Amino acid sequence: MFMRRFSVIVLLLGLTGFTFIMAGPRAGLLVMIGLGFGLVLEGLRFGFAGPWRMIVTDRDGRGLIAQFVAIALVAAVAFPLMAANPQELNGAHAPVGFAMILGAFVFGAAMQLVMGCGSGTLINAGSGNLVGLIALAGFIIGSFAGTVHLGWWTDIATLPVISFQGVLGAQGGLIVTLAGLAALALVTALRAAPGKRLPPARLWWAAALIAALALANLVVAGQPWGIVYGLGLWGAKVAQAGGADLGGIAFWAASGNAERLNASILTDVTSLTNIGLLVGAFAVMRWRRDAGAPAQALTFGTYGWVLLAGVVLGYSARLAFGCNVGAFFSGISTGSLHGWVWLVAAFAGSILGIRLRPHILRPALGRGVAA
Amino acid sequence: MNGFRTMSRPAVGGLALGLVLAILALDLSRSGAPDLFAAPAPFALGSGEAPTGAHCTGG
Repeated sequence: MFMRRFSVIVLLLGLTGFTFIMAGPRAGLLVMIGLGFGLVLEGLRFGFAGPWRMIVTDRDGRGLIAQFVAIALVAAVAFPLMAANPQELNGAHAPVGFAMILGAFVFGAAMQLVMGCGSGTLINAGSGNLVGLIALAGFIIGSFAGTVHLGWWTDIATLPVISFQGVLGAQGGLIVTLAGLAALALVTALRAAPGKRLPPARLWWAAALIAALALANLVVAGQPWGIVYGLGLWGAKVAQAGGADLGGIAFWAASGNAERLNASILTDVTSLTNIGLLVGAFAVMRWRRDAGAPAQALTFGTYGWVLLAGVVLGYSARLAFGCNVGAFFSGISTGSLHGWVWLVAAFAGSILGIRLRPHILRPALGRGVAA
Repeated sequence: MNGFRTMSRPAVGGLALGLVLAILALDLSRSGAPDLFAAPAPFALGSGEAPTGAHCTGG
């Protein structure tokens, strides 16, 4: 046990030190922030997909209310900070459009099938869930594939980027955002069953820590927390190594993306936090006295469906301009209208995914242990 | 083949780390190590520079 925990500490320090030495202090700090996300999400069991399911199936609103609290905490600081430093800090602002809404809806459905969203897939894989690992591989493929077709999709019908601070000013935008989050929390509380409304202390702590880490991400990187770009970049790197010529793809030919394609992923913000997130979840799993039983074994066909759902998850996240983190959490907390639209569309998709789930996730009878 | 489905959590977590490590190694072998002299300031806030990172919300 001592040696196992010692090796976990060595792993965390080794990853941080390696990144500092290889790519400089900002990269090292971002890996540390990613590790923090992983430790909190796995250690305090704070998730996105699970609470979206629990409010529908169990009328349990505690996890969802904790999400709104975390987003509100970030917004309360991020709005004035961005207003005071517009040259140095960017919000997670993206346009609302047909593909964005469709992508969010499909993402919501797929995330219930793989039992994890963007961050959840990394956390599940790092903490030793086979479904999460297979979904992660699919997510990498899908988010890269999404970049190939993104221009075609966004050409269909897309509005200009609209932010609340752009329309109402920083103060007005913040007030509307906080009022919207409070209204959602109220609706959630009304929907939830008695005893399943007020989050437990664990989730309050998690919400506060996630908010602090998200703000640290903004201060260090100059942009909010995101997941999808990094995974798409990893897919592009693998495709390029396999001989694919990405120069003809508009997304990767754009100057910023072409630069990142040629540079190390240790210089990419979302890749760094993604790596930290996965390793942080692994560290929590190894730190525990009991790592837990393996996830319930599924039929081989089901694993094929999980891989496919992972591909769809990544592809749709790219069309939707982000997942629960980049669009929902960071979009809303930094004033983007697309974050709110994403929430509505993805929640509708999530309800569909919950209904599809028992038909697609089929356990292999008598094998493995239910986790 | 059944062993694949009932792998322990540490084994699956190790595979996930291996996947990331493989991507990182592949990337470093092709892109090379980052230029430390071109590394950005530790904090974007206060650096006086526009953020250069990419985000999921970018097109």
